[in-house]
Amino acid sequence: MSNIELSTKNLSVYYGEKQAVKNISLDFASRQVTALIGPSGCGKSTFLRSLNRMNDLIRGAKITGEIWIGDDNINDPKTDVVLLRQKIGMVWQRPNPFHKSIYENIAFGPRYHGIRDKKKLDQIVEESLTKAALWDETKDRLHSSALALSGGQQQRLCIARSIAVNPSIILMDEPASALDPVSSAKIEELIAELKQEYCIIIVTHNMHQAARVSEKTAFFLMGELVEYGDTTKIFTNPSEKRTDDYISGRFG
Amino acid sequence: MSAKTVDKIATVAIIALAGLIVLIMAGLLGFILVRGLGHISFDFLTSPPETIKAGGGIGPQLFNSLFLLVLTMIITIPLGIGAGIYMSEYAKPGKITDFIRLIVEVLSSFPSIVVGLFGLLVLVNLFGFGFSLFSGALALTIFNLPLMVRITEQGLASVPQAQKEASLALGLSKWKTIQSVMLPIAMPVILTGTILAAGRVFGEAAALLFTAGMSSPRLDFSNWNPLSPTSPLNPFRPAETLAVHIWKINSEGLAPDAPEIAAGASAVLILTVLVFNLLARWLGRVMLKKFTATK
Repeated sequence: MSNIELSTKNLSVYYGEKQAVKNISLDFASRQVTALIGPSGCGKSTFLRSLNRMNDLIRGAKITGEIWIGDDNINDPKTDVVLLRQKIGMVWQRPNPFHKSIYENIAFGPRYHGIRDKKKLDQIVEESLTKAALWDETKDRLHSSALALSGGQQQRLCIARSIAVNPSIILMDEPASALDPVSSAKIEELIAELKQEYCIIIVTHNMHQAARVSEKTAFFLMGELVEYGDTTKIFTNPSEKRTDDYISGRFG
Repeated sequence: MSAKTVDKIATVAIIALAGLIVLIMAGLLGFILVRGLGHISFDFLTSPPETIKAGGGIGPQLFNSLFLLVLTMIITIPLGIGAGIYMSEYAKPGKITDFIRLIVEVLSSFPSIVVGLFGLLVLVNLFGFGFSLFSGALALTIFNLPLMVRITEQGLASVPQAQKEASLALGLSKWKTIQSVMLPIAMPVILTGTILAAGRVFGEAAALLFTAGMSSPRLDFSNWNPLSPTSPLNPFRPAETLAVHIWKINSEGLAPDAPEIAAGASAVLILTVLVFNLLARWLGRVMLKKFTATK
């Protein structure tokens, strides 16, 4: 495959003595959704958080191995993390909009990255909200607090916020698990839309969701990558017994 | 005794203790206000004190207290917030930060008279600032800094980690994240703490006896040149504050109405501190509403 957006080589994450992620090598293609599944504590979230160096914030966390975006190994200590994070958007389990207006939530990033022109910012806000399927609901109240939105709307706002800085990759850490079924379905629709432009890596507990939204699935267990492949194959005909056991609900 | 009886006794005892404390506080406050309020008048608040005659006021002392407060805060706030940000966001947790934190704790429980003596030896004599508002403000800074550092640290620690991560994930620098995302959320806590610290400064006497001095030159309230020795704005003049004045007039006052003046001044002091506290609560609530508005 030539359209690899991001790949890891022997990526390991240690919390102190404990190795939470063990030698993972994976390729993520652009315009495609990859789901990371596995029981709680299997290291999938830790792996995801390594990809934009978010684990740097955690004391005692050590990451070894390589993470390649194009010709840059972003796990190199010399990498400018600030620049890197602009290329990788992130969405968390619980919606975490800034305590600012809807407009400011979106404009905040682009303005910091040098866009001062009011018209241009207005345009970015509208485009981002439209892409996140939130424009119609918010266009009349752009300057009211983002915290007044419902949970599902807040989560779509967070997605809009991350695409406003024009990333090529979006990391999602269980983006729908704190939401009600209707909001959750909307997020899934949104993911299906967004994958036409972005490389999306999503961690999910919900296996139906993984099966619905993703092209590729990686199954993690105890920090190891057990199996990786086409989602349809993983869910219908996995090669590993452990994958089969997990997917059919025998543990986890 | 059955568990039920024990529970009843405990409830009654706890309510009684709480009631006792409220009673003592209310009595104390009531006593000071009843004794002092009658003496407070516009004249009392604005005219200068008399040495041996009756009818002196507390005008310069009140002004000194407020001016000293402003000076102290100008020094304390940037230092305290800066150090608090460092402790919370930049310092690597470990032996050194634990040590700094220990020092801050010790400093905050320092007896204020010791801070006053330190001020006399180091600021007044060694550095040659003399008995002055500036010396007083520096002494109060030593006294107040630990509180400011801790308040800032707590304020920043109360910001949800998710907010910080969201900002960093957008590719914002650490400083921009602190400045535009974390500080606004921490602001209600920091502001409330700052006003409470200001109340403490206002009531402080012991640390000022040997630093800001126990006398006030004849002030000319029409002279606003900060370099002139009679100007109220000159930070290098001695300045007796309200709290120091109460102490002085009670221990060596010669005016026949000294007890009334002390009572009146005490009431003014208490009321001002009360206003600070109410203001802190009100502002804290308003800001919290503003930043987490759900409307």
